Amino acid sequence: MISAPPILQMRGITKRFFSVPVLENVDLDATAGEVHAVVGENGAGKSTLMKILAGAHQPDAGSILLDGEEVRFSHPREAQARGVSIIYQEFNLLPERTVAQNIFLGREPMRGPVVDAGAMEEATAMLLTDLGVEHSISPRAPIRELSVAQQQTVEIAKALSFEASILVMDEPTAALSPHEVEALFARVRLLQSRGLAVIYISHRLKEVFDLAGRITVLKDGRTVGTVASDAVRPGELVRMMVGRELDHLFPPRAAPAEIGAVRLRVQGGAGDRLHGIDLDVRAGEIVGIAGLAGAGRTEVARAIFGVEPFTAGVVALDGKPVRIRSPRQAIRAGIGFLTEDRKREGLVLPQSVRDNALLAFRSIGRRQSGGEAASSRRSVVDLARLVELRAASLEQEVRYLSGGNQQKVVLAKWLATRARILIFDEPTRGIDVGAKAGIHELMRELARSGVAVVMISSELPEVIGMSDRILVMRDGTFAGELAAGASEAEIMLLATGEMETVSAA
Amino acid sequence: MNATTAAPNRAGRNWRGLDSDTALIYGVLSLVALVSWGLILANGGQINVANTLVRSVALGMVAVGQTLVILGGSLDLSVAYQVSVTAVMASYVMQGNPDRMILGVVVVTTIGLAIGLANGLIITVLGVNPFIATLGMALVLRGVLNSSFDNFAGAVPEQFQVLGYGAIGPVPLAVLLFAAVVAIAWILLRATRFGHHLYAIGGSEETARLSGVRSGRVVIGAHMLCSLTCVMTGLFIVSRLRAGAPWVGPDGNYDLESIAAVVLGGTALIGGRGGVLGTVAGVLILALLDNLFNQLEVNTFLKDVLRGVIIITAVAVYALRTRRGRA
Repeated sequence: MISAPPILQMRGITKRFFSVPVLENVDLDATAGEVHAVVGENGAGKSTLMKILAGAHQPDAGSILLDGEEVRFSHPREAQARGVSIIYQEFNLLPERTVAQNIFLGREPMRGPVVDAGAMEEATAMLLTDLGVEHSISPRAPIRELSVAQQQTVEIAKALSFEASILVMDEPTAALSPHEVEALFARVRLLQSRGLAVIYISHRLKEVFDLAGRITVLKDGRTVGTVASDAVRPGELVRMMVGRELDHLFPPRAAPAEIGAVRLRVQGGAGDRLHGIDLDVRAGEIVGIAGLAGAGRTEVARAIFGVEPFTAGVVALDGKPVRIRSPRQAIRAGIGFLTEDRKREGLVLPQSVRDNALLAFRSIGRRQSGGEAASSRRSVVDLARLVELRAASLEQEVRYLSGGNQQKVVLAKWLATRARILIFDEPTRGIDVGAKAGIHELMRELARSGVAVVMISSELPEVIGMSDRILVMRDGTFAGELAAGASEAEIMLLATGEMETVSAA
Repeated sequence: MNATTAAPNRAGRNWRGLDSDTALIYGVLSLVALVSWGLILANGGQINVANTLVRSVALGMVAVGQTLVILGGSLDLSVAYQVSVTAVMASYVMQGNPDRMILGVVVVTTIGLAIGLANGLIITVLGVNPFIATLGMALVLRGVLNSSFDNFAGAVPEQFQVLGYGAIGPVPLAVLLFAAVVAIAWILLRATRFGHHLYAIGGSEETARLSGVRSGRVVIGAHMLCSLTCVMTGLFIVSRLRAGAPWVGPDGNYDLESIAAVVLGGTALIGGRGGVLGTVAGVLILALLDNLFNQLEVNTFLKDVLRGVIIITAVAVYALRTRRGRA
C-alpha cells in the first residue's frame, strides 16, 4: 500500500474531561497524499482527537509527531503554523466580512501603515483559482452571501493559505446536497494529489469507502484498529464500530395489553430538512428514534412541538387533525418536549425548582383564581416526589442541581401541564450512570400510565434497551423501522445507508 | 461539474463599502433633506446648510467615536460626561490666557485618553459588561464634576473661539474638522489592521481570538479613540460657549443621541456590521428633523414622540432586511 513515512503520528493520546476518560491510548498516523478516514459512533472521541491535533485541546498523555519530530500545540495558531489545519462542522467565518478578509484575518498583508487590500484579494483569488472556484466566489464577496458549500470552500482555501500539509475535515458533508458532495470529493482528491494528508471524519460509510485509503475505527475513546479500505467490507466495519455490552439493565418493555390507541400521528410531514415523515405513537409505548447526527431527528421533534412547524403533511392527536404552529399551541395540546440542551432550552438556571417546574403550566394560563401559591406548592411537592427529585428545597436554584436532577425538573415541568405526549431528546446525555437508570425507570412508568413517549437518542444501547419500536432516520426521513431488541449493527446499517429500507420484522 | 456556481454571489454590490444598508440610509437622508427643506421654504423659512452642519458637529464627532466602540461589540455611555470634563477643564486651565491654550488642550487630551483607557481596561481585563462599566464611569465623572464645579469655570481665550466660529471661505472650520474625523475613522476601519480586527471582534470574538487577534488591545484602542472624539466635541463646545460647565454634556444628550445616530446609520448594536458613513447620515437626519420641527414650531413633546417613532422604524426596517436577506 502506501510506503512513504508518515508525516503525522499520534501516539497513545489520552484525554480526560473532569476525570471522565474521553480518549484512552489512541494511535493515528497519516502519510502525505493519503485520505485517512476516522469513523466511530457519536461520542466515540473522534472530534476530541482532532481538536487535540489542531491545538484546541491539550492531551493528558501521549505525543504528536510531525515528520518524526515531537510537537506540542498550546494554541490553534501554532498548529496552523506547522501546517495542521482543521475545518470544523461549524465554520469559523465572519458572515459580515469578505472572503479575503476572513482568510487573512489576524495576518493581513500590510503596505506601510495600511492593509494592502489589493495584495490580499490577489492572494485570495490565487487560492480560489487553485481550487477551481475563481468564477463562482469573489474575494470581495461577504461570507453571508455564500452558500454553505461555498463557505466550506473558503475554509479549504484558508487552510491552504497556511500551506497546510495536514487537513482535517470534520463531517464535511453533513450540510451539503448530493451534487455539492461530488464537488467536495473532487476537491479532496485534488488536495490528495498535491501531497496533502487529509484526515476525513465521517459516519457516512459510503463516503469513507469512496474516498479513503485507510480507515481508523474509534469506539468509546479507544482505537479498535486501522484497516485498508479495500480489505474490509462495510458490515465488518460496522461491527468494529459497535458491539459492546449493555452497561445496565433497562426496565421491562411494555406488554401488548398496555399499548393503547394511536395518540400522535404524522403523515407526510415535511420541512426544510425533512421529507416524508410518517409517524404513529401509541399511548403506553416508547418509540425510539435513532440516526446519525444531522439525520433530522431533532428537527422532527421541533416540528411536532411547533418550534419549526412542518410545512406540509398532517398531524393528528387522538385521531383529530390539529395545526400546531407554535410551542404554546403544542403545550396546550398536551405535548411536552425535553430538549437535548437542558441548560439552554429546558431550564431557567438561576430560577428555583418551583419556578422551573411551573414555567410551562403558568404560561398556558390554567391558573386557579386566588390561592395559586397554596395549590402550586402542593402540586410541586407532589411532582417532585413523583420524579424522585433530590434537591435541598423547592426554592433551590436549578443550576446547583446535578444533571440527572435537572432533567427531573424538566420532566416535572411537563408533568405539571399534564402532557400526554412526551418527546425526549437525548434524555440521559451528560447524566451519570446511576442517575440514567432512574430517568429510564421514570420514562417507562410514564408510558405505563398511558403517556405516548418518543425518545431520540444517539446511544444505541439506550435505544435498544428502552424502545418498544425503533425508527431509524437518514437524510431527513425515516430509513426504516425495527422491532424491539434489534441489534446495534442493524440500526447502524440503516442509519449509514448500507442496507436498503426494511420493514418492521 | 462545479457545483458551487449554482449560487452566484453579488460581489459587485459591495463596491467600496457602500453596501445596500449605507445606500439605503443615504437615500433616506436625501428624502428627509428634500422634504424638510421643501416644507421650510413653503412656510417662508430659510435654508441654512452651513448652520445645520455646524449644529451636527458636536453630536457627529461623538457618534463617530461611538461607532467605533459599538462595531467592536462594546458601548460607551459615559460620552456626555466626558464632553463635560473636557469643556470644564479646558476653560479652567486656560483661564482666558492665550499662552495656556496648548497646555489646556494637552491636559484635556490626556484626561480623555485616561478615561478611555480606564473604560477599556474595565471592560476587557475585569470583564465588566460595557453597559455597566461605562454607566459607572458616567456616574463617577458626574460626581467629580458636580463636586468640583458648580458653574462656568474660567474661560477660553478669544483666539480659541476660532474653532467654533471660524471659517475657511464659506466652510466653517468645525465642519472641516468633523470631515477630517470622519475621514480618519473611515480609513482606520477600512484600511488598517485595527479596523479589520475591530470588525472581527464585533462579529465573533471567539473567531477573532482563534485567528490570533489580541482582542483586548483592539477594544481598549477603540475606547481611547472614542474618548478622543469626546475631547474634540468638548473643545468645540467650549470654544463656542467661551466657558465650560458641568451640564454641557448631559444637556446635549450625547450618550443616547450618539447611540441613536449609530443605529439609525445601520450599524448593528451587537457589533461587527456597519460603519462611520452610515453614522454621519444618521446624525444629519437627526439634525434635519430637529431643524424642521423647530421651523414648523412642533410641540417639544410631539417632537420627542416623532423622533422615537423614526428611530424605531429605521431599526425595524434593518431587522426585517436582515431576516429576509441573510437568514
